[in-house]
Amino acid sequence: MELLEKIFFGLTTLLVLIGGVVTVAAKNPIRGAMGLLASILGIAGMYLLLAAELLAAIQVVVYAGAVVVLFLFVIMLIGPTTQETSDARGAVGRYFGAGAFAIVAIGALWVVMRIGGEKLTMMGPAPAGMGTVEMIGREMFSRQVVPFQISGVLLLIAVIGAMAVARGNQLPLVKVGSPALPPERQARPDSVIVRPSVDIAEGHAPDAPAADTKVKASP
Amino acid sequence: MNAVPLEYFLTVAGVLFTIGTIGFLLRRNLLVLLMSIELMLNAVNVTLVAFNRMHPQNHGGQIFAFFIIVVAAAEAAIGLAIVLSFFRVRKTVRSDDADLLRN
Repeated sequence: MELLEKIFFGLTTLLVLIGGVVTVAAKNPIRGAMGLLASILGIAGMYLLLAAELLAAIQVVVYAGAVVVLFLFVIMLIGPTTQETSDARGAVGRYFGAGAFAIVAIGALWVVMRIGGEKLTMMGPAPAGMGTVEMIGREMFSRQVVPFQISGVLLLIAVIGAMAVARGNQLPLVKVGSPALPPERQARPDSVIVRPSVDIAEGHAPDAPAADTKVKASP
Repeated sequence: MNAVPLEYFLTVAGVLFTIGTIGFLLRRNLLVLLMSIELMLNAVNVTLVAFNRMHPQNHGGQIFAFFIIVVAAAEAAIGLAIVLSFFRVRKTVRSDDADLLRN
Protein backbone atom coordinates (compact mmCIF):
# COMPACT_ATOMS: atom_id res chain seq x y z
CA MET A 1 0.00 0.00 0.00
CA GLU A 2 2.76 2.41 0.93
CA LEU A 3 4.76 1.44 -2.13
CA LEU A 4 1.73 2.01 -4.32
CA GLU A 5 1.32 5.45 -2.81
CA LYS A 6 4.96 6.31 -3.46
CA ILE A 7 4.69 5.13 -7.06
CA PHE A 8 1.56 7.26 -7.53
CA PHE A 9 3.34 10.28 -6.08
CA GLY A 10 6.28 9.71 -8.43
CA LEU A 11 4.00 9.50 -11.45
CA THR A 12 2.11 12.67 -10.54
CA THR A 13 5.38 14.48 -9.90
CA LEU A 14 6.68 13.46 -13.33
CA LEU A 15 3.43 14.61 -14.95
CA VAL A 16 3.48 17.96 -13.12
CA LEU A 17 7.11 18.83 -13.79
CA ILE A 18 7.29 17.62 -17.40
CA GLY A 19 4.00 19.37 -18.13
CA GLY A 20 5.32 22.57 -16.57
CA VAL A 21 8.52 22.48 -18.62
CA VAL A 22 6.57 21.80 -21.82
CA THR A 23 4.21 24.70 -21.03
CA VAL A 24 7.07 27.11 -20.63
CA ALA A 25 9.40 25.84 -23.35
CA ALA A 26 7.08 24.93 -26.25
CA LYS A 27 7.34 27.15 -29.31
CA ASN A 28 3.83 26.22 -30.38
CA PRO A 29 1.27 27.51 -27.83
CA ILE A 30 -1.04 24.57 -28.53
CA ARG A 31 1.69 22.26 -27.25
CA GLY A 32 2.06 24.61 -24.31
CA ALA A 33 -1.63 24.25 -23.53
CA MET A 34 -1.28 20.47 -23.68
CA GLY A 35 1.61 20.70 -21.21
CA LEU A 36 -0.55 22.85 -18.94
CA LEU A 37 -3.25 20.18 -19.15
CA ALA A 38 -0.77 17.44 -18.13
CA SER A 39 0.49 19.56 -15.25
CA ILE A 40 -3.04 20.25 -14.03
CA LEU A 41 -4.03 16.58 -14.15
CA GLY A 42 -0.92 15.71 -12.17
CA ILE A 43 -1.83 18.28 -9.55
CA ALA A 44 -5.32 16.76 -9.34
CA GLY A 45 -3.62 13.43 -8.55
CA MET A 46 -1.61 15.13 -5.82
CA TYR A 47 -4.82 16.49 -4.30
CA LEU A 48 -6.09 12.91 -4.12
CA LEU A 49 -2.94 11.92 -2.22
CA LEU A 50 -3.46 14.86 0.15
CA ALA A 51 -7.04 13.87 1.06
CA ALA A 52 -8.68 16.66 -0.95
CA GLU A 53 -11.17 14.79 -3.11
CA LEU A 54 -13.47 17.73 -3.82
CA LEU A 55 -10.54 19.91 -4.84
CA ALA A 56 -9.28 17.19 -7.19
CA ALA A 57 -12.68 17.08 -8.89
CA ILE A 58 -12.86 20.88 -9.07
CA GLN A 59 -9.34 20.98 -10.49
CA VAL A 60 -10.29 18.62 -13.32
CA VAL A 61 -13.60 20.34 -14.07
CA VAL A 62 -12.53 23.97 -13.81
CA TYR A 63 -8.94 23.86 -15.04
CA ALA A 64 -8.83 20.94 -17.46
CA GLY A 65 -12.40 21.44 -18.59
CA ALA A 66 -12.75 25.20 -18.75
CA VAL A 67 -9.49 27.13 -18.53
CA VAL A 68 -7.42 24.99 -20.89
CA VAL A 69 -10.28 24.85 -23.40
CA LEU A 70 -10.56 28.65 -23.20
CA PHE A 71 -6.84 28.91 -23.91
CA LEU A 72 -7.21 26.57 -26.90
CA PHE A 73 -10.13 28.61 -28.25
CA VAL A 74 -8.14 31.84 -28.07
CA ILE A 75 -5.05 30.23 -29.63
CA MET A 76 -7.15 28.98 -32.53
CA LEU A 77 -8.94 32.33 -32.89
CA ILE A 78 -5.67 34.18 -33.13
CA GLY A 79 -4.15 31.65 -35.49
CA PRO A 80 -0.59 31.23 -36.72
CA THR A 81 0.59 34.62 -35.41
CA THR A 82 0.88 33.00 -32.00
CA GLN A 83 4.09 31.33 -33.21
CA GLU A 84 6.90 33.30 -31.71
CA THR A 85 9.52 34.87 -33.95
CA SER A 86 12.97 35.06 -32.47
CA ASP A 87 14.05 38.48 -31.27
CA ALA A 88 17.19 39.17 -29.28
CA ARG A 89 15.95 42.49 -27.87
CA GLY A 90 16.59 42.49 -24.12
CA ALA A 91 17.54 38.82 -24.11
CA VAL A 92 20.52 39.26 -21.78
CA GLY A 93 18.44 40.99 -19.12
CA ARG A 94 15.70 38.40 -19.37
CA TYR A 95 18.04 35.45 -19.05
CA PHE A 96 19.94 37.11 -16.23
CA GLY A 97 16.73 37.79 -14.31
CA ALA A 98 15.41 34.27 -14.85
CA GLY A 99 18.72 32.70 -13.80
CA ALA A 100 18.96 34.88 -10.70
CA PHE A 101 15.41 33.99 -9.72
CA ALA A 102 16.07 30.27 -10.25
CA ILE A 103 19.19 30.36 -8.07
CA VAL A 104 17.43 32.28 -5.28
CA ALA A 105 14.37 30.02 -5.43
CA ILE A 106 16.36 26.79 -5.28
CA GLY A 107 18.44 28.23 -2.44
CA ALA A 108 15.32 29.21 -0.51
CA LEU A 109 13.89 25.75 -1.09
CA TRP A 110 17.07 24.18 0.27
CA VAL A 111 16.94 26.40 3.38
CA VAL A 112 13.29 25.49 3.99
CA MET A 113 14.08 21.80 3.65
CA ARG A 114 16.96 22.05 6.10
CA ILE A 115 15.21 24.16 8.72
CA GLY A 116 13.55 21.18 10.37
CA GLY A 117 16.74 19.16 10.52
CA GLU A 118 17.46 15.95 8.69
CA LYS A 119 14.20 14.31 9.68
CA LEU A 120 11.37 14.46 7.17
CA THR A 121 7.90 15.44 8.37
CA MET A 122 5.58 12.45 8.06
CA MET A 123 1.90 13.28 8.08
CA GLY A 124 -0.42 11.41 10.43
CA PRO A 125 -3.53 9.63 9.24
CA ALA A 126 -6.18 11.91 7.83
CA PRO A 127 -9.39 12.18 9.87
CA ALA A 128 -12.40 10.46 8.36
CA GLY A 129 -14.21 12.54 5.79
CA MET A 130 -11.45 15.12 5.26
CA GLY A 131 -11.84 16.96 1.99
CA THR A 132 -15.12 15.33 1.01
CA VAL A 133 -18.01 17.31 -0.41
CA GLU A 134 -19.89 17.11 2.86
CA MET A 135 -17.12 18.50 5.07
CA ILE A 136 -16.10 21.24 2.65
CA GLY A 137 -19.75 22.13 2.11
CA ARG A 138 -20.41 22.44 5.82
CA GLU A 139 -17.42 24.72 6.24
CA MET A 140 -18.21 26.71 3.09
CA PHE A 141 -21.82 27.43 3.96
CA SER A 142 -21.34 28.12 7.65
CA ARG A 143 -18.14 29.97 8.43
CA GLN A 144 -17.07 30.97 4.91
CA VAL A 145 -20.41 32.03 3.53
CA VAL A 146 -19.47 35.69 3.00
CA PRO A 147 -16.30 34.93 0.96
CA PHE A 148 -18.35 32.41 -1.00
CA GLN A 149 -20.93 35.05 -1.93
CA ILE A 150 -18.18 37.54 -2.76
CA SER A 151 -16.53 35.01 -5.08
CA GLY A 152 -19.88 34.66 -6.86
CA VAL A 153 -20.00 38.41 -7.39
CA LEU A 154 -16.38 38.31 -8.60
CA LEU A 155 -17.25 35.68 -11.21
CA LEU A 156 -20.24 37.74 -12.38
CA ILE A 157 -18.03 40.82 -12.77
CA ALA A 158 -15.43 38.72 -14.59
CA VAL A 159 -18.02 37.43 -17.07
CA ILE A 160 -19.34 40.93 -17.79
CA GLY A 161 -15.83 42.36 -17.98
CA ALA A 162 -14.59 39.64 -20.33
CA MET A 163 -17.50 40.29 -22.68
CA ALA A 164 -17.01 44.04 -22.55
CA VAL A 165 -13.26 43.83 -23.17
CA ALA A 166 -13.29 41.15 -25.88
CA ARG A 167 -16.14 42.77 -27.79
CA GLY A 168 -14.06 45.80 -28.70
CA ASN A 169 -15.36 49.23 -29.63
CA GLN A 170 -17.91 48.32 -32.22
CA LEU A 171 -20.18 51.06 -33.44
CA PRO A 172 -23.78 50.79 -32.30
CA LEU A 173 -26.39 49.40 -34.65
CA VAL A 174 -28.57 51.95 -36.45
CA LYS A 175 -31.61 51.72 -38.69
CA VAL A 176 -31.36 52.36 -42.41
CA GLY A 177 -32.44 55.91 -43.03
CA SER A 178 -30.84 57.40 -39.97
CA PRO A 179 -28.46 60.30 -40.63
CA ALA A 180 -25.54 58.38 -39.10
CA LEU A 181 -25.28 56.32 -42.27
CA PRO A 182 -23.29 57.55 -45.24
CA PRO A 183 -25.44 58.10 -48.35
CA GLU A 184 -24.14 55.08 -50.28
CA ARG A 185 -25.33 52.80 -47.51
CA GLN A 186 -28.83 54.27 -47.39
CA ALA A 187 -30.12 52.55 -50.53
CA ARG A 188 -29.56 48.93 -49.62
CA PRO A 189 -32.89 47.19 -49.19
CA ASP A 190 -31.38 43.89 -48.04
CA SER A 191 -30.41 45.07 -44.58
CA VAL A 192 -32.58 46.97 -42.16
CA ILE A 193 -30.19 47.34 -39.26
CA VAL A 194 -26.52 47.86 -40.08
CA ARG A 195 -23.36 49.22 -38.50
CA PRO A 196 -22.72 52.75 -39.80
CA SER A 197 -19.16 52.65 -41.09
CA VAL A 198 -17.22 49.67 -39.85
CA ASP A 199 -16.92 47.70 -43.04
CA ILE A 200 -16.40 50.80 -45.17
CA ALA A 201 -13.64 52.06 -42.88
CA GLU A 202 -11.90 48.69 -42.95
CA GLY A 203 -12.06 48.65 -46.72
CA HIS A 204 -14.07 45.54 -47.46
CA ALA A 205 -17.44 47.00 -48.28
CA PRO A 206 -19.20 44.84 -50.87
CA ASP A 207 -19.22 47.61 -53.45
CA ALA A 208 -15.80 49.06 -52.66
CA PRO A 209 -14.11 49.95 -55.96
CA ALA A 210 -10.99 47.81 -55.54
CA ALA A 211 -10.62 47.39 -59.32
CA ASP A 212 -10.68 51.14 -59.94
CA THR A 213 -7.67 51.82 -57.74
CA LYS A 214 -5.72 49.17 -59.58
CA VAL A 215 -6.53 50.76 -62.93
CA LYS A 216 -5.51 54.17 -61.63
CA ALA A 217 -2.23 52.86 -60.30
CA SER A 218 -1.11 50.98 -63.38
CA PRO A 219 -0.37 53.85 -65.82
CA MET B 1 -2.35 7.59 3.26
CA ASN B 2 0.84 8.81 4.88
CA ALA B 3 3.77 7.34 2.97
CA VAL B 4 4.97 10.56 1.34
CA PRO B 5 6.44 13.25 3.61
CA LEU B 6 5.30 16.87 3.51
CA GLU B 7 8.64 18.12 2.22
CA TYR B 8 8.26 16.25 -1.07
CA PHE B 9 5.03 18.05 -1.88
CA LEU B 10 6.57 21.39 -0.93
CA THR B 11 9.58 20.67 -3.15
CA VAL B 12 7.40 19.84 -6.14
CA ALA B 13 5.37 22.99 -5.55
CA GLY B 14 8.51 25.12 -5.26
CA VAL B 15 10.02 23.72 -8.44
CA LEU B 16 6.74 24.20 -10.31
CA PHE B 17 6.53 27.81 -9.10
CA THR B 18 10.11 28.38 -10.26
CA ILE B 19 9.34 26.91 -13.68
CA GLY B 20 6.32 29.21 -13.96
CA THR B 21 8.28 32.29 -12.96
CA ILE B 22 11.12 31.51 -15.36
CA GLY B 23 8.60 31.10 -18.15
CA PHE B 24 6.95 34.39 -17.21
CA LEU B 25 10.31 36.17 -17.32
CA LEU B 26 11.70 34.55 -20.48
CA ARG B 27 8.81 34.23 -22.90
CA ARG B 28 7.31 37.02 -25.01
CA ASN B 29 4.09 35.33 -26.05
CA LEU B 30 1.19 36.78 -24.05
CA LEU B 31 -0.64 33.44 -24.08
CA VAL B 32 2.38 31.63 -22.65
CA LEU B 33 2.66 34.34 -20.00
CA LEU B 34 -0.92 33.65 -18.90
CA MET B 35 -0.22 29.91 -18.83
CA SER B 36 2.85 30.54 -16.65
CA ILE B 37 0.67 32.49 -14.21
CA GLU B 38 -1.69 29.50 -14.05
CA LEU B 39 1.28 27.25 -13.25
CA MET B 40 2.33 29.52 -10.39
CA LEU B 41 -1.18 29.64 -8.92
CA ASN B 42 -1.37 25.85 -9.08
CA ALA B 43 1.96 25.52 -7.27
CA VAL B 44 0.66 27.75 -4.46
CA ASN B 45 -2.49 25.63 -4.27
CA VAL B 46 -0.42 22.46 -3.80
CA THR B 47 1.41 24.12 -0.91
CA LEU B 48 -1.84 25.18 0.77
CA VAL B 49 -3.44 21.74 0.46
CA ALA B 50 -0.27 20.02 1.71
CA PHE B 51 -0.14 22.19 4.83
CA ASN B 52 -3.83 21.59 5.37
CA ARG B 53 -3.11 17.85 5.29
CA MET B 54 -0.43 18.47 7.88
CA HIS B 55 -2.87 20.25 10.22
CA PRO B 56 -6.18 18.48 9.56
CA GLN B 57 -8.19 20.08 12.39
CA ASN B 58 -10.05 22.32 9.94
CA HIS B 59 -10.31 22.82 6.19
CA GLY B 60 -8.77 26.29 5.98
CA GLY B 61 -6.15 25.44 3.38
CA GLN B 62 -8.53 23.62 1.09
CA ILE B 63 -11.09 26.43 1.28
CA PHE B 64 -8.32 28.90 0.49
CA ALA B 65 -7.26 26.78 -2.51
CA PHE B 66 -10.89 26.74 -3.67
CA PHE B 67 -11.05 30.53 -3.66
CA ILE B 68 -7.71 30.72 -5.47
CA ILE B 69 -9.16 28.46 -8.19
CA VAL B 70 -12.14 30.84 -8.48
CA VAL B 71 -9.88 33.87 -8.83
CA ALA B 72 -7.63 32.05 -11.31
CA ALA B 73 -10.59 31.20 -13.52
CA ALA B 74 -11.76 34.82 -13.49
CA GLU B 75 -8.21 35.99 -14.21
CA ALA B 76 -7.87 33.60 -17.16
CA ALA B 77 -11.13 34.84 -18.69
CA ILE B 78 -10.23 38.52 -18.32
CA GLY B 79 -6.63 37.98 -19.39
CA LEU B 80 -7.60 36.15 -22.55
CA ALA B 81 -10.16 38.86 -23.34
CA ILE B 82 -7.39 41.44 -23.01
CA VAL B 83 -5.11 39.36 -25.26
CA LEU B 84 -7.85 39.17 -27.90
CA SER B 85 -8.47 42.89 -27.67
CA PHE B 86 -4.74 43.59 -27.94
CA PHE B 87 -4.48 41.28 -30.94
CA ARG B 88 -7.29 43.19 -32.64
CA VAL B 89 -5.39 46.46 -32.28
CA ARG B 90 -1.78 45.38 -32.96
CA LYS B 91 -2.22 42.13 -34.95
CA THR B 92 0.30 40.38 -32.72
CA VAL B 93 0.45 38.69 -29.30
CA ARG B 94 4.04 39.55 -28.42
CA SER B 95 4.40 41.33 -25.12
CA ASP B 96 7.22 43.49 -26.55
CA ASP B 97 4.75 45.13 -28.90
CA ALA B 98 2.62 46.44 -26.04
CA ASP B 99 4.61 49.67 -25.90
CA LEU B 100 2.03 52.40 -26.49
CA LEU B 101 2.76 53.96 -23.07
CA ARG B 102 6.52 53.68 -23.37
CA ASN B 103 7.62 57.03 -24.74
